[in-house]
Amino acid sequence: MANFYTDNRDLVFTLKNLDLEEAVTMKEENFRFAKEFENAPVDYADACDNYDRVLKVVGEICAERIAPRSRQVDEEGPHFENGVVTYHPLTVQNLKDLTQADVMGVVLPHRYGGLNFPATIYTAITEMVSRADASLQNLVGLQDIAETICEFGSEEQRQAYLPRFAKGEIDGSMDLTEPDSGSDLQSVRLRAYQDKDGNWFLNGMKRFITNGCAKCHLVLARSEEGTTDGRGLSMFIAEACPQLVVRRIEHKLGIHGVATAELQYNDVPAQLCGQRRRGLTRYVMSLMNGARVAISAQALGIAEAAYFEAKKYASEREQFKKSIDNFPAIYDMLSSMKMKILASRALLYETTRAVDLRNAYNALVEKGENVTDEIRAKQKYYNKVAAVLTPMCKAQATEVANSVAYDTIQIHGGTGYMKDFNAERFYRDARITNIYEGTTQLQIVAAIGGVQQRDNDPRIKELIALVPPAELAEIKASVVKMYEKHLKEVEFVNGLHDPEYRDLVARALVENETYVFVSLLMLRDAAKEDDRVVLAKRYILDAIPEFEKRYIRIMSGEHSVVADHSAVINY
Amino acid sequence: MSYTVLVFVKQVPDTQNITGEAMKADGTVNRAALPAIFNPEDLNALELALQLKDRYGAKVVVGTMGPPAAADVLRDALFRGADEALLLTDRAFAGADTLATSYALSCAAKKVGKVDLILCGRQAIDGDTAQVGPQLAEKLKMPQICYVEEVLELAENKIVARRAIEGGYEILESPLPCLLTVIDSNDPRPPAAKRIMKYKRAMTKSEINKKVSDPYTGNADADAEIKALEAKGLIIAELTAEAVNADPARIGMAGSPTKVKAIQSVVLAGGEAKKIEPTTEGINALIHELIADHTLG
Repeated sequence: MANFYTDNRDLVFTLKNLDLEEAVTMKEENFRFAKEFENAPVDYADACDNYDRVLKVVGEICAERIAPRSRQVDEEGPHFENGVVTYHPLTVQNLKDLTQADVMGVVLPHRYGGLNFPATIYTAITEMVSRADASLQNLVGLQDIAETICEFGSEEQRQAYLPRFAKGEIDGSMDLTEPDSGSDLQSVRLRAYQDKDGNWFLNGMKRFITNGCAKCHLVLARSEEGTTDGRGLSMFIAEACPQLVVRRIEHKLGIHGVATAELQYNDVPAQLCGQRRRGLTRYVMSLMNGARVAISAQALGIAEAAYFEAKKYASEREQFKKSIDNFPAIYDMLSSMKMKILASRALLYETTRAVDLRNAYNALVEKGENVTDEIRAKQKYYNKVAAVLTPMCKAQATEVANSVAYDTIQIHGGTGYMKDFNAERFYRDARITNIYEGTTQLQIVAAIGGVQQRDNDPRIKELIALVPPAELAEIKASVVKMYEKHLKEVEFVNGLHDPEYRDLVARALVENETYVFVSLLMLRDAAKEDDRVVLAKRYILDAIPEFEKRYIRIMSGEHSVVADHSAVINY
Repeated sequence: MSYTVLVFVKQVPDTQNITGEAMKADGTVNRAALPAIFNPEDLNALELALQLKDRYGAKVVVGTMGPPAAADVLRDALFRGADEALLLTDRAFAGADTLATSYALSCAAKKVGKVDLILCGRQAIDGDTAQVGPQLAEKLKMPQICYVEEVLELAENKIVARRAIEGGYEILESPLPCLLTVIDSNDPRPPAAKRIMKYKRAMTKSEINKKVSDPYTGNADADAEIKALEAKGLIIAELTAEAVNADPARIGMAGSPTKVKAIQSVVLAGGEAKKIEPTTEGINALIHELIADHTLG
């Protein structure tokens, strides 16, 4: 039986070596749930065994059922007629399989029928589903809506929605974007108003809504009349009803299996979720941060699928009397693709680990019992780290997915340009990942503050303190040197106090932070498995010139783009 | 009303994924080279039972005859939705052919008590006989519908099922209790995460005793563990030949008239190709040739 978990050595290694004990123990509240719920783990080893078993089941479903259906789903897609969206029968079957496997409420607490798994394991599921069918992940991933209701909704709302999500009875959508509000969500206009009895209603338009035909919508709307900024926005829960009209579904480049809808709200009854005015500043930011991790995993899944096809094709395709993977031009491409995937995965799961610890400490502080200064300090720390790693990770993984999919077509040559092979589908599917949930450019904006304030330094120092295998001692020295130069370039930019120059070199700075950070993660992993020594070496040797290129650019203080761009663009 | 559906399943060597030599020198199956799996059509039978449970309400009991390790397929069935599991296990059952197997299973079925339906996969991929289900029905004096694709209706005293026949299908009605053999006609549901996390702890008493007696991991108190699992409904019942009142002469090797004399690997090589013209004469010539070599007629 094919299995997208057990066949992925790097994923198995990563999860096995990621120490989640602290986060899991906190999420399971010292494993006290075992007394109440027969499926709750009794200790950390038991929890890990659960994760492993469930990942194997999902890995098999992805490889044996979902992946073979993906091409037809892509070709035929959902159907829209008379305001009704009908998903492809194979998409429906995919969702049924995953619902029967009980993975529609992965992170939800036991008491609402969820599995109470950490974000890390949920991310691994995301990655595998995306490898099988990227568009399906957009539907499966909308269980994040339930997570958001769980975090910010009232107990009544949790009771009303969460168990139904966990059973796969309802699906969700997050209705943020409007025709004039994309990256700039502060300008959202969809209006929320109350009648004399205090009931809320929604009026206006939403656009590009993934699964806009969902039964349960989380809607960002302007509840405070006369406001124009983010502080006038609140979050609402609305259910599908005749007043909520799907006007059309989009014809997209990729992720064909999922419907992307334009919605018209005609006085749709809604419930306020959480507090007024905190819709964007708190809830949507949190929802989007979760979604950014998910999109990173989606991108990684697509990259993995593309790489697999490229490797297979290169080993089968013969030219000049040998298979093309014998040519340096090809094997260099393949190894560089592979390293990009490994680097993305290392950073992704380092991120989810921080996210899990952040969530655990947030929950502890929220609960408010015996909150010591140490707990508060840790909460603050993991919030900061997750906030910088999440956009770093999304920027890296989604750009990597595009580059790997691009190279996969290249390795296929003319064949890859044809619809007969999967390569072109991966290329189309990957293309959205670095756009939605915030473009790469916006991820840089989100990450640069943390880079300038050195939020990753405590972790970097921990990683530097680890001893690498002896044969990597020299390589490690060059990583440490890279880190020192990185601190220098950050200090240089900070010292300029020039926001425009900072924005100009922000991407280079964030990417260099990524090179340093991932290099250290690769060294850490090389110490745990002999076969990973060459991987660390390869990654770091490739990273150094990339780092240097950016370093030179940043340290030049070269301002001419600011002054000349208009003359260049308009020539 | 709620029905009781008994599903008999088998753990078989995975003949699709052979690693190493499948046969030993003495002509018996080299089980070490073949991973053990849930017999595919038994999964279809289980799925049909679970669909009946979803549609009409039913208790699904899964049973198997096999060595202690066969408890794995029972756990798998519990992961997918079965309510109870029982393992028919005894050295005396070993070496059984289809006659002895169906007799042993009939004894187990009687032990279960009142059942409305017995479901079996059409055949197992190791023996491919498709005999056990029909023989079991005979022994229990139950009507049987074989090659079932779908159950159309289940009512207090009857079942209506559609079964595959050559070139089409047939809809049959039978009184209950009734035995069905099921073909590859549905998509077996995957194991469910929450059930995995619960039923992974389900064990037979022998498994517990074995675990407890392990000098490294054992905790010496098997009885306490058995009691704890019993309280949670996590004991997989084990039935010996004696427990199901099986006649020793009718089970295992002793009860099996079938003896394997030799096993041969027959490789069918392609012979000569012959072109038949799509004309009346061409087809006539072909038919005559087939009659002459006794392929037809």
